[in-house]
Amino acid sequence: MGQKTSLYQKHLDAGAKMVDFAGWDMPINYGSQIEEHNVVRNQAGIFDVSHMNIVDVSGPDAQKFLRYLLSNDVAKLDEIGRALYSGMLNETGGVVDDLIVYRMNFGYRVVVNCATRDKDLDWIRTHGQGFDAKIEERPQLAILAVHGPKAIEKVCSILDDEHAAATAQLKNFRGFESGERFIARTGYTGEKGVELILPNAEAPEVWDKLMAVDVKPVGLGARDTLRLEAGMNLYGHDMDESTSPVAANMEQTISWQPQDRDFIGRAAVTAHKTEQLEGGLPILTGLVLEQRGVLREGQKVLCENGEGVITSGSFSPTLKHSIALARIPLDSGACQVDIRGTLTDVRIVKPNFVRFGKKVFE
Amino acid sequence: MSTYPDNLKYAATHEWVRLEEDGTATVGISNHAQDALGDIVFVELPEVGATIHAKDEVAVVESVKAASDVYSPVSGEIIETNGLLEDAPETVNSVPYDDGWFYKIQISDELELDELMDADAYFDHCEED
Repeated sequence: MGQKTSLYQKHLDAGAKMVDFAGWDMPINYGSQIEEHNVVRNQAGIFDVSHMNIVDVSGPDAQKFLRYLLSNDVAKLDEIGRALYSGMLNETGGVVDDLIVYRMNFGYRVVVNCATRDKDLDWIRTHGQGFDAKIEERPQLAILAVHGPKAIEKVCSILDDEHAAATAQLKNFRGFESGERFIARTGYTGEKGVELILPNAEAPEVWDKLMAVDVKPVGLGARDTLRLEAGMNLYGHDMDESTSPVAANMEQTISWQPQDRDFIGRAAVTAHKTEQLEGGLPILTGLVLEQRGVLREGQKVLCENGEGVITSGSFSPTLKHSIALARIPLDSGACQVDIRGTLTDVRIVKPNFVRFGKKVFE
Repeated sequence: MSTYPDNLKYAATHEWVRLEEDGTATVGISNHAQDALGDIVFVELPEVGATIHAKDEVAVVESVKAASDVYSPVSGEIIETNGLLEDAPETVNSVPYDDGWFYKIQISDELELDELMDADAYFDHCEED
């Protein structure tokens, strides 16, 4: 038996098929992954992502420490509640993890992946030595993600007037605190929505209230196809400690300015950028297969310029054909994928397939 | 719908076969198999007229989650495939023993059916999975 979130019983009540996910008993689906996927594209769905790890960083050196620890620059967070997506790199420029960091009243809240919890904490604590910063995990908090075109309206309908007004006004990548509760316009689906961070004890009641206004439960299966359609990376698949963010479509998470900011991995990723321009480092791009068949992680991609590999692939329920993220040589030209022994032509597109329910690539 | 209908025979690789009155047989995948695969998005069926042997890879099922080979539980000649699965592969998820069938086969050796499991044995087999 694995670890359970505060919503474990709610998942069972909703008919979830539970699976082990990095030591946690989590819902993979509640019947049909495709139906859950479509609910998020068309209506509103709720995900329990309480298995993700919240690490709060506070104290006089909190900002100084995170500006050193992360490739993106938390100094950009000029207001309380603002959020930033960042990589946490090692000295060789590999990705230790990807994360979201929020500026909070007390300092900063970092949300890291579940499967990387132990190594992330070790990494953060080790590099935090010498900084006057407090690093604290928050296992007593649950995280609910509510996403879809109707998500914000549904969430507002279960809140009191004051919180509903504050939620309705939130811009993307902004949040607000209310005691131990935190609501932010962040997510992993390519739809509008919010993430609610709240005490475990309150999570089942909020879940019930959202069910009562016809928000549907969505499992980790649909979470994966939604994020893939949105062209968002999955740690351990699209990048890991041996991958440069430059080769993982994460260059936007590196804040090169100011030039005198020293962050872990800076020298390495600076060199990677040059290497890539010279053709020595691959890129992460999107692949589309409009005929029958499904692109899968690990399949070989044969390009004019050399060989690549699919890092994430699936059937896109929105587009009704297969899409993938693949790491291939720069300027690859025409590509074929080896699907179970058959070489199949695929199209290279920008790694962003669906936003707000609509196809976005040419 | 029963999860393990009594009138079918089952292979360890989760295909079912139903012997029809005219001596042909109908083949599909079990409820257990469709449940494990999750939402099915493509089914690649054999050619009508093809001669196949028991345990040959005869079809491929692609779900959102994975690709899976289907092995023929019996030998013979393919006489019909289920065209419905071309446009509505999810039928295999909803009614695997009914409209979700894969192909009909003129079986060449009825004795092969004796090597397959009955519903009780197949139930036990799935419980062990």
